[in-house]
Amino acid sequence: MTAHGWLQIALFYLAILAATRPMGAYMARVFEGDAQPLPRVLGRLERLLYRLAGVDPRREHTAAEYGLALLLFSAVGLLGAYAVMRAQHLLPLDPEALPAVPPALAFNTAVSFTTNTNWQAYAGESTMSHLTQMLALGWHNFVSAAAGFGLVLALARGLTRRGGPDPRRTLGNFWVDLVRSLVYVLLPLSLVVALVLASQGVIQNFEPNATIATLDGGTQSIAMGPVASQEAIKMLGINGGGFFNANSAHPFENPTPLTNFVEMFVVFLIPAGLTYTYGRMAGDTRQGWALFAAMSVLFVAGVAVVYPAEAAGNPQALAEPLVAVAGNMEGKEIRFGIAGSSLFATITTDASCGAVNAMHDSFTPVGGLVPMVNMQLGEVVFGGIGVGLAGMVVFAILSVFIAGLMVGRTPEYLGKKIEPREMKLAMLYVLVFPLALLGLAAWAAVSEAGTAGLANAGPHGLSEILYAYSSATGNNGSAFAGLSANTPFYNGTLALAMLIGRFWMMIPVLAIAGSMRGKTTLPPGPGTFPTHGALFVGLLVAVVLVIGALTFFPALCLGPVVEHFLAANGRGF
Amino acid sequence: MSSEVIIALRMGLVTAVLTGLVYPLGVTAIAQTAFHDAALGSFVVDERAAVVGSSLIGQTFTHPGYLHGRPSAAGAGYDATASGGSNLGPTSQALRERIAETAAQLVAANPEAPGPVPAELVLASASGLDPHVSPEAALWQAPRIAAARGIDVVRVRALVEASVEGRDLGVLGEPRVNVLSINLALDRQFGSPVRPAADPR
Repeated sequence: MTAHGWLQIALFYLAILAATRPMGAYMARVFEGDAQPLPRVLGRLERLLYRLAGVDPRREHTAAEYGLALLLFSAVGLLGAYAVMRAQHLLPLDPEALPAVPPALAFNTAVSFTTNTNWQAYAGESTMSHLTQMLALGWHNFVSAAAGFGLVLALARGLTRRGGPDPRRTLGNFWVDLVRSLVYVLLPLSLVVALVLASQGVIQNFEPNATIATLDGGTQSIAMGPVASQEAIKMLGINGGGFFNANSAHPFENPTPLTNFVEMFVVFLIPAGLTYTYGRMAGDTRQGWALFAAMSVLFVAGVAVVYPAEAAGNPQALAEPLVAVAGNMEGKEIRFGIAGSSLFATITTDASCGAVNAMHDSFTPVGGLVPMVNMQLGEVVFGGIGVGLAGMVVFAILSVFIAGLMVGRTPEYLGKKIEPREMKLAMLYVLVFPLALLGLAAWAAVSEAGTAGLANAGPHGLSEILYAYSSATGNNGSAFAGLSANTPFYNGTLALAMLIGRFWMMIPVLAIAGSMRGKTTLPPGPGTFPTHGALFVGLLVAVVLVIGALTFFPALCLGPVVEHFLAANGRGF
Repeated sequence: MSSEVIIALRMGLVTAVLTGLVYPLGVTAIAQTAFHDAALGSFVVDERAAVVGSSLIGQTFTHPGYLHGRPSAAGAGYDATASGGSNLGPTSQALRERIAETAAQLVAANPEAPGPVPAELVLASASGLDPHVSPEAALWQAPRIAAARGIDVVRVRALVEASVEGRDLGVLGEPRVNVLSINLALDRQFGSPVRPAADPR
C-alpha cells in the first residue's frame, strides 16, 4: 500500500461526491421536468423517435402496462441480437471473415446483453465481427441501460406520487423514459467519453487485424475495431462487455491511468446521480443522500479490504525465495498498479458493471472475496443504472419494516404505509436472488458438466463456480475467467440465471411501485421513523449486510475463506 | 397489447439504427479526424520508417540485448488477437511452478542483476499485452542489456531513467517505462542486435 494509492481512491470518491448533485439535478429535469434541456437539438430528436416508433408520449402506463412494455422491448432486443450474431457472416463489416456465432453461445450472449449483464463466454476479438459489436452488442449497451432507468423511475413515481385523483394509478410512460434516457443522457455523454478515450489511444476503426514485423524479428497480429464508441457506453451504461477478451485490461480499451480513472468515474456517475434525482422526486433531497451515504459506507469498506489484501502479495510468489517481495501483480497491468486495479474491481462489482482491468481469478483469496460479496449483496452499492437504486429502495422498505416491528407501529416510507402486500413482494425480491444463485451453483458443483469447466483445483474451483452464478444472477458479467463457460451446460444455466436475476426481480419491484402508487401520503407523526438520518443509514447498511451474510456465508466459507487459510499455510492445488 | 408489440418492434429498429450504427459511425468520423494516429492503433516506426508495432501493445523480446516485458498468457505470448491473463488462482500449483521456472531462468540470464527478481517479471499481466514494466524492473535488466550490446551499463541506465513515464496528472497510476520505446531508443543509439546495420548509402 502506498500513500499514492489511497490518494487515488480518495480522489475518485470526491469526484463522485462532487458530481452527484449536478448529475442528479440534470436527470430530474430530463425525466420529471416540464422543459427538457436543448429543445432545438435534442428535443427534435426526441420527438422524431416518438414519431418513428408510433409512441404517444402523453399516454401514461400503469404498473402492469409499464412492465409489459419493458418485457416486450427486451424480447425484441433478445431476438434482434440473436439474429445479428447468427447472420454475421452474411453481413458487412466482417474483415476477418468470422463465421456465424454458434447457437448456444449466441443465445447466451443475447440474454447476457439484453439483461445488462454482459457475461462473455466468448473472446470478442476472435468471435464477433465489427458490425455485431456495434449493432447487436453496442445497441444493447444503450437500451438495456435505458430500460434500467425506467425501473427506478417507475418505482420512485409509485412511492412519491400522491394517491387520489388518477384512478389509473400511472407510473409514467416506459417509451418516454427509454427515449429520454437515450437522447438526453446516454448518447451525449457517451459521445464525449468516447472522444476522451480516443484522444488517449483507444482505437476506432474498421480495419482487419494488422500484421507487423516486430523489432526482435518476429511477427505480431493486432486485432482492430470500433472500440472507443463501444467502450464509452460499456462503462457509462454499466454494461461491462469488453470489445476484447481482456476487457478494460486491454491497452486498446484502457490505455492510460487517466482513461482508467474516466472509466471508473462514469460507472458510478449515473447511479450516484440517481440518488439525488430520487431525493428530488421525493420532495426531500435528504432521502436521496441517506441512500447515497449507505452506499458510500459499503463502497469504502469494500475497497479498504481489497487494496491491502492485493498489496500484501501473491502467496505463490511470496513463497519463491528468488523473487522480491511485492504486491500481487499476477493478472494486473503495470500502468494501473495495485491501487488502480483494486479500486476498479470494487467499483465494477458494487455497480453491476462487470468490466475488469485485472483478472479477478488471480486475486488473493480475500481480494477476490470482496467482489463476490459485492455481487451477492445485490449490487445495491450504487449498482446498475436504475436496478441498483431500486434494490436499495427495497432494502430501505425492509429496514423501515424492521424498525416498525421493534417499536410496534405500522411502518411508513416517504409518508406511505408499508403493508403485508409490499412486504411479501419485497421478500420475493430478496429470496428469488439466492434461490437462483445458490441453486444453480450447487447444481454446477455436483455435476460433471459443471466441474469439467474448472481451471483451478481445490477451494478456488468452487469459488470459480460461485463467482459465475453470482455474476450472472446479479447481472454483473465479470468472472473468475479461468472457468470455461462456453459449454452447453454453462451457456444454458447461466442464461437462466441472468434472466431470473433481471426480470424476476424487476417484476416484484414494479408491483411494489404499483401497490404504493394508490396509497395516500400521510404527514409524518411522532411515531414516524425518519428515513434521512444517520440512524436510518446505519440500519440500512446492517440490513443489507445481514441479509447477504446470512444467505451466502456458508458457501463463502467453503470457497475463498478456507482458501485464505490454506494459502497462509502454503498449500497449493 | 398488440399496439405495444408494434411499438416495441419499431422502437427496437429505430434505437438499433441510432445507437448501433449512427453513433459509432459518428464517433469514427470525429475520432479519425481529430485523433487520427490514436484511432488507428498508435503505431510506431523505426529509423527506416518500417512499422514495428503499436506503442500501446507489448511484444515478445527474447534477445538479451533488448529490454524484456512481463510473462504473457495471450496466445503463445503477446498475441494481440487472443488477449487475456493466466487466470491461475492464489493457491494454484501450476502458478507456483511457473513462477519458480521463470525466476530461475531470469536469474540465469541476468547473472549481474542487482538483488532478487522483481515480482512483476515472474507474474503475467491481465491483458497479456502489457506494454510496460516498472522502472525498477527495467534497471534490474540493465547489466544484461549492456553486456549483450558491449556497452557501458551506465548508458543503459541513463536511457531507462530518461524514459520513465510518471503518474498521469501526478497522481494516477504508477510510474512505468514502455518496453518497445526503450528498445527502439537502444537500437537508434547503438544499432540493432538482431538485424544487420542499415546500409550507409
